[in-house]
Amino acid sequence: MKYIDEYRDREIAQRLLVKIARQAQHPWVLMEICGGQTHTIMRYGLDELLPCGIELVHGPGCPVCVTPLEMIDKAVTLATRPDVILVSYGDMLRVPGSKSDLLSVKAQGGDIRVVYSPMQAVQIAQANPQRDVVFFAIGFETTAPPNAMAVWQASRLGLTNFSVLVSHVIVPPAIRLLLSQPGNRVQGFIAPGHVCTVMGAGEYKELVCEFHVPIVIGGFEPVDLLQAVLMLIEQLEDGRAELENQYSRSVLPEGNVPARSIIHEVFEVCDRKWRGIGPIPQSGYRLRREFATFDAEQRFGLDEPGVEEPAECISALVLQGKKKPPDCTAFGVRCTPQTPLGAPMVSSEGACAAYYQYRRHALPR
Amino acid sequence: MCLAIPGKIIEINGSGEFRIGKVRFGGIMRQVQLNFVPEARIGDYVMVHVGFAISVVDAEDAQHTYQILESMGLLEAELPPPETL
Repeated sequence: MKYIDEYRDREIAQRLLVKIARQAQHPWVLMEICGGQTHTIMRYGLDELLPCGIELVHGPGCPVCVTPLEMIDKAVTLATRPDVILVSYGDMLRVPGSKSDLLSVKAQGGDIRVVYSPMQAVQIAQANPQRDVVFFAIGFETTAPPNAMAVWQASRLGLTNFSVLVSHVIVPPAIRLLLSQPGNRVQGFIAPGHVCTVMGAGEYKELVCEFHVPIVIGGFEPVDLLQAVLMLIEQLEDGRAELENQYSRSVLPEGNVPARSIIHEVFEVCDRKWRGIGPIPQSGYRLRREFATFDAEQRFGLDEPGVEEPAECISALVLQGKKKPPDCTAFGVRCTPQTPLGAPMVSSEGACAAYYQYRRHALPR
Repeated sequence: MCLAIPGKIIEINGSGEFRIGKVRFGGIMRQVQLNFVPEARIGDYVMVHVGFAISVVDAEDAQHTYQILESMGLLEAELPPPETL
């Protein structure tokens, strides 16, 4: 396929690896933010092809993984109601809440529909006027415009049986938190190419200036990621800290203006709790007051108490790049994609699931 | 989750917030919301995420970058790799 196959070209990847090995005179710790990038790195074994001093640590950019337990519990509560159709992206179904998960509720007869696009949730609401249809709106800035557009269109269509359970998170505050922590090891970031496609480069430029850390906006194919690594290493070896855009075929400096404007029409920035990390100020979106009638939490009076993560799960440290999945005693034994203890083992973009899928046979147990 | 796949626009219908089109991904055709890419025309490639086009692929930029990548390190690739770190 055009714009995919050429970025998986083995020969170009090999040339990039040679160039990286020549440029890298010192050890460096780099973090890819996005779970999609983590998945590519593990799938193609890119981390093992890099010179041994270049370490890739995996960031918190998997929205399924950082959706807090309380929010999963709210979705489970809604899905058990006979008057509700809960509509969700497929990845959310196996994520364990504090007591149950959506797949178990579905197996017990809960009406849960898996969709690819939020517009399908609007269509389900139109087709079922007697039922309350709740869409579980999760995601980063990439998914915020489609989810906002679903609410906007439901509003224009005058739908009274449609609402959204919003658990949106935004990337820059999480990077700011990681960089502010004592003991931070990350020296350069590969920024998420599709988040930046929507939001543009401005917020990342601010991070570069604030923390004097190099950031390269990167794509998702192996050649994209190797080129982004090379660009970061060139900056680090030169002692530069700049924002560069490897993924310029998709990312404009100003982002996608219509997509940004629908986000700001429907959502406003709020504090959010991240699973495994905790509350981060100004790190999420919630519905604006004008769209409050579409807020499922208000409509159904949902209020779940705060709950603790399973004690054995080290996903908090994995999501912050402080530990690798195989460092966990439960990894591959008591925690597998079929029986996950924590969310990074659920989503295919979670670091634990990526290691399990591509590395578990190579790991000493 | 933030996955987006490039596809070629084959057909465009509607306008404004209700602008949609048919987009081909390899051999598969899908309906895609085009409201965020008002500049997109038939024949353009768009990056599609959860049924919405979020950008028009800059064909010139992609070609230019790719040429640099293709011609990069032709000499270096012939040389033995340096000592490990």
